[in-house]
Amino acid sequence: MTYGNVATPSSGTVRRSGVAGGPQTANLADILERVLDKGLVIAGDIRVNLLDIELLTIKLRLVIASLDTARQVGINWWESDPWLNAQAADRAAEKSHDQQELEEENRQLRNRIEALESGERNGGSRGD
Amino acid sequence: MTESSCVWIYAVADDAASALTGGLIGVGGGAVRPLSAAGLTALVGSVAESEFGEAALRQNLEDLDWLERTARAHHEVIETVAKERPVVPMRLATVYSSDETAARMLLERAADLRQALTRLAGRSEWGVKAYLAIPDDGADGPQPEVGEPSTGPGAAYLRRRRDQLAAHRDARQDAVASAQAVHVDLDRLSASARLYPPQSAEIAGHCGSMVLNAAYLVADDRAEEFGAAVTGLAARHGTLQLTLTGPWPAYSFVGQDGTEDAQ
Repeated sequence: MTYGNVATPSSGTVRRSGVAGGPQTANLADILERVLDKGLVIAGDIRVNLLDIELLTIKLRLVIASLDTARQVGINWWESDPWLNAQAADRAAEKSHDQQELEEENRQLRNRIEALESGERNGGSRGD
Repeated sequence: MTESSCVWIYAVADDAASALTGGLIGVGGGAVRPLSAAGLTALVGSVAESEFGEAALRQNLEDLDWLERTARAHHEVIETVAKERPVVPMRLATVYSSDETAARMLLERAADLRQALTRLAGRSEWGVKAYLAIPDDGADGPQPEVGEPSTGPGAAYLRRRRDQLAAHRDARQDAVASAQAVHVDLDRLSASARLYPPQSAEIAGHCGSMVLNAAYLVADDRAEEFGAAVTGLAARHGTLQLTLTGPWPAYSFVGQDGTEDAQ
């Protein structure tokens, strides 16, 4: 059985996209990442409540990188990297919640596999 | 005329930047103009309070179309000026009620801002992302076939799923290790570095999982060397596909208070 969409792996390559005056327009995620999350933060006297922006940023974060997905594939190493990251603490609450959900889901899946496999060994009969 | 407008700040630069605002159009379709104080020039625009005032902003920021338009406009102004002069980019939606209050901010923050401009002079931000160069089915495997024998489609699906995950785990671990090695090498060529969480595949418009999403502050006279290093690393780490974007204005390196690194 083969996968539906096997992309031809073009390993060892660099895709270059110019930002300044380049052929490609900078992608939105890259821009949002920078203008919302980075840049100098000074509260103007028209108070866009910073809290609102933080909330929005968290929402975008969930869109930009599902932490669940990232953890599942083991690419959450940035979270513990000492280079990072002022917002790690902000994410802690959210993280532990995600973690709990993930662990619970894992547990349920393991139980299901066990149940199904033991069902097979018993000739497919289900002893409810 | 000015009663219903406020002042949007794009970035702060030195006075030489005031000559660069001619013809620049920013958020809300408004003209960009220089606002000078304390030997610094803020790039600002008058924006309608009905769209950019406190109440309106709170609503509009939740509107992704508005947000995209505004973010792109904000970025384009900063980028245009950053090509010529060092700039300290302001976070989106930094708004003042008048030129006077904006100028007061320049006065109050002058020392920090000048220091940041000095540090950023002759340097640019480069973005490097690394993706798994293998088909990644981790997030959504193939659908179970319909009409499986009596072992049950559920059991078959779970078995297949488990095998797939196992088969790809090693490749992923290799890729993650490679991504870390790439980061270490590029960090050495940079004045500073920042790591971002990976973007989801849908948003990044790329099929493989992103395992590195980093920004590097690189001296302009080393930009070529940096680009060559990325190419070299891509050749060395066959499990990864690398992308390089830039030069960006130094968004990632102005910190919370304009200093290099509070961390």
